[in-house]
Amino acid sequence: MDLKLKIWKQKNPKDKGRFETYNIANISPDCSFLEMIDILNEQLINEGKEPVAFDHDCREGICGMCSLYINGRPHGPDDDITTCQLHMRKFKHGDTITIEPWRAAAFPVVKDLIIERNAFDKILQAGGFVSVNTGGVQDANAILIPHDTAEEAMDAASCIGCGACVAACKNSSAMLFVAAKVSQLAVLPQGKIEAAARVKNMISKMDELGFGGCTNTGACEAECPKSISISHIARMNREFLCANIQD
Amino acid sequence: MSVLNSKSPEGNLAEKWSNYKSSCKLVNPSNKRKLDIIIIGTGLGGASAAAALGELGYNVKVFCYQDSPRRAHSIAAQGGINAAKNYQNDGDSIYRLFYDTIKGGDYRSREASVYRLAEVSNSIIDQCVAQGVPFARDYGGLLDNRSFGGAQVSRTFYARGQTGQQLLLGAYSALNRQIAKGSVEMYYRRDMQDVVVVDGKARGVVVRNLATGKLEKYFGHAVVLATGGYGNVFYLSTNAMGSNGSPVWQAYKRGAQFANPCFTQIHPTCIPVHGDYQSKLTLMSESLRNDGRIWVPKDKSDAEKIRNKQLSPTDLPEEKRDYYLERRYPAFGNLVPRDVASRAAKERCDAGHGVGTGLAVYLDFADAIKRLGKENVEEKYGNLFQMYEKITDENPYNTPMMIYPAVHYTMGGLWVDYNLMTTVPGLYCIGEANFADHGANRLGASALMQGLADGYFVLPYTIGNFLADEIHTKRISIDSKEFVETEKQVNDRINKLMSIKGKQSVDSFHKRLGKIMWEYCGMGRNEEGLKKALDLIPKLRKEFWQDVKIPGTTDEFNPELEKAGRVADFLELGELMVRDALNRKESCGGHFREEMQTEDGEAKRDDENFAYVASWEYKGDNQDPEMYKENLDYEFVKRVQRNYK
Ligand SMILES: Cc1cc2nc3c(=O)[nH]c(=O)nc-3n(C[C@H](O)[C@H](O)[C@H](O)COP(=O)(O)OP(=O)(O)OC[C@H]3O[C@@H](n4cnc5c(N)ncnc54)[C@H](O)[C@@H]3O)c2cc1C
Ligand code: SF4
Ligand code: FES
Repeated sequence: MDLKLKIWKQKNPKDKGRFETYNIANISPDCSFLEMIDILNEQLINEGKEPVAFDHDCREGICGMCSLYINGRPHGPDDDITTCQLHMRKFKHGDTITIEPWRAAAFPVVKDLIIERNAFDKILQAGGFVSVNTGGVQDANAILIPHDTAEEAMDAASCIGCGACVAACKNSSAMLFVAAKVSQLAVLPQGKIEAAARVKNMISKMDELGFGGCTNTGACEAECPKSISISHIARMNREFLCANIQD
Repeated sequence: MSVLNSKSPEGNLAEKWSNYKSSCKLVNPSNKRKLDIIIIGTGLGGASAAAALGELGYNVKVFCYQDSPRRAHSIAAQGGINAAKNYQNDGDSIYRLFYDTIKGGDYRSREASVYRLAEVSNSIIDQCVAQGVPFARDYGGLLDNRSFGGAQVSRTFYARGQTGQQLLLGAYSALNRQIAKGSVEMYYRRDMQDVVVVDGKARGVVVRNLATGKLEKYFGHAVVLATGGYGNVFYLSTNAMGSNGSPVWQAYKRGAQFANPCFTQIHPTCIPVHGDYQSKLTLMSESLRNDGRIWVPKDKSDAEKIRNKQLSPTDLPEEKRDYYLERRYPAFGNLVPRDVASRAAKERCDAGHGVGTGLAVYLDFADAIKRLGKENVEEKYGNLFQMYEKITDENPYNTPMMIYPAVHYTMGGLWVDYNLMTTVPGLYCIGEANFADHGANRLGASALMQGLADGYFVLPYTIGNFLADEIHTKRISIDSKEFVETEKQVNDRINKLMSIKGKQSVDSFHKRLGKIMWEYCGMGRNEEGLKKALDLIPKLRKEFWQDVKIPGTTDEFNPELEKAGRVADFLELGELMVRDALNRKESCGGHFREEMQTEDGEAKRDDENFAYVASWEYKGDNQDPEMYKENLDYEFVKRVQRNYK
């Protein structure tokens, strides 16, 4: 198929940035979206032009490095996948595809489609862990965890830290990302002990880093490639309330 | 020929590590604060080491090339992690895990190191559970296990098909805790460029800040490389796009020996190649072989009809299918080790029984769905099935998956002694980047185990043994002669790359190198092909240095420049792999020399002549490297021909 691509180009964080238009031909429907950009870049390099910079690594939907706001949707027009798992069979001959970086104050653009997501690391540094040193812990089977609890924790722990939830939210809120970690550790006995301090510290860090508030629109859940449920946000709000009552 | 000393402690197998721990030198807490450690890599190896060393009180600086430590390629591991817990009461023990690993590695690994690995495996599971890693549980609330290739017990712990992700997030959370405490400093989007050696010891690194393009220098009393495998030398592999061999190659050129470079693991269950624009191959976890059955049509004519889409695989009756692994290896069936399963698939496809493009076999879940129900299958493998469907547009609940072997893991790597130290004092190497523990073939679910064993439980002791003698070493200024010189050499090389201004893209060279490697140094290797590769690679390298085209400048975010540096190194590393493969005139594990096979096509090992680790020392760009040997004198295990029948 032949396509027209409107892609955000921005030389560095200070540059204002603009859309550039490119044409690309003969793309196979079995080609992945990022392979399509590879082909475009090969073409641009051969023409002596600047290729398009974008983030990616595992290309199998797990590292969370790829991003891209494609035709108005984070990770493009398919559900429950990342951009690297998107395939060109979701598009048709003659389409125009608009490709932008995630837009959020807390995720500044580094170059073209590449953004800075260090704010997520900082939130987790504020409390997204169980305080246990290496060695000297009890036998793994000494902590019994009901099957369903383990599954619930696993659902929350599946978050890949991509930031699509923030990109999808009109307030650029990081609630889903934060709630996923708070929830995972709050349902497990290992994490319960520090639950109150954790939720407070992570939420205050999130606010400090410039993410917006949550108004329950559910856009994050709809675009999350790992189907993280907004019920985790409800749980986090409960945890937060309890933590504050305890004070 | 020079011989290497592994420095394995004396004593009985089961006592070596305890003896080591009770006699190694220690660093007291106030001195730890005066010691700096640099760690390159935040995968299971690097992140666990950084967390553990930070907890102990050292000043740790840790680096990765991604935008966050959580994205290291360990995140992609699917199937699970081994440990000798024997929770299933099925006869497992530390000795058995040790023995399976030695045997699986085709008797080409070091007994003392492998035993230590098996010994600490149980602590890893305890540690991860304490961190909140949500391993799968049974209905009584106890940990669940699955079986993996090369073992007859169920010792693999898992978190759905995302075990690597959960283990890495556990290590990352421990790392985050240390970053918050200030004991670890994290540097992301940094690409390592060189090791700085001062008076024969590794004392620092030069890295390139990928976001700004600037070179930066850092000092450490010791340097740890935890940079993962170099499978991307083949261009197409299951590794992440950025996985690379550059840090270990830089270390090699600074004097660290490279051991068994030709030992590559080709994983039997990957989604087949479908087009020449393809950028990477996707693994379908080996755990699928627990419940999936592998087959091809018995008759070539049926295979042809299937390839031409005149026949659907689900319509082919049972008696016309050849479950070739179950047929050839009744004892292990679909769970034979990876090298055996890969070669068997290639053999069937080469004989004309392949499906899909001809280079694919079926992995069928129909029986499992009948036996366990769709829901159970979904709970176990749901995310893998979804991943498969997104890529191929086919639903594996209804039609068998198609799979084919692909490059997956490199057993070779920097040579390290029992302390995990390379031949450069003060330079350590852990995780997939070193050569240790897996011999000529790695068993499934053992890489995660090794990465975390090295980082959490081994390096924290062994590095102390070295650092205890460094407490009086003052921090060396990054403006000192050695740092400045190394930085200049890095700068010169970058400028040289940029000044070529040729006509061909970096990727085009990488693809060509990958084809040479796959063709001549892949699943089957022979003298003629290897010699051909030894002729082709230097020519390709020369062409690269004359005609590569790198757009942009050095002082900006420049992904093409980043790739160019890596491909330049692969063009040298690939040649060393071929040299090593040529030297090893035996078939063992993943290294299959076509000249050396039994009548029924099984690998023929030669213990008389090749029971050693081949470790290569760099002698200069225009000189052949020198081979050293570490003799593998087995004290405790008797070598036998591997037999999975
Ligand atoms: C798809 C897949 C599935 C797998 N499944 C399993 C499994 O089920 N069980 C199992 O046991 N094993 C599995 N493995 C193998 C296992 O995941 C790896 O061997 C292991 O995770 C490697 O860990 P590591 O810490 O050594 O390196 P990695 O996790 O690869 O980390 C490398 C680190 O080094 C950094 N780095 C690399 N180069 C540079 C550079 N030039 N400059 C700066 N930093 C650099 C990276 O940023 C990264 O942080 C799988 C592998 C793959 C590819
Ligand atoms: S919650 Fe979903 S969208 Fe948000 S970072 Fe995690 S995986 Fe991405
Ligand atoms: S590149 Fe890793 S999730 Fe897309």
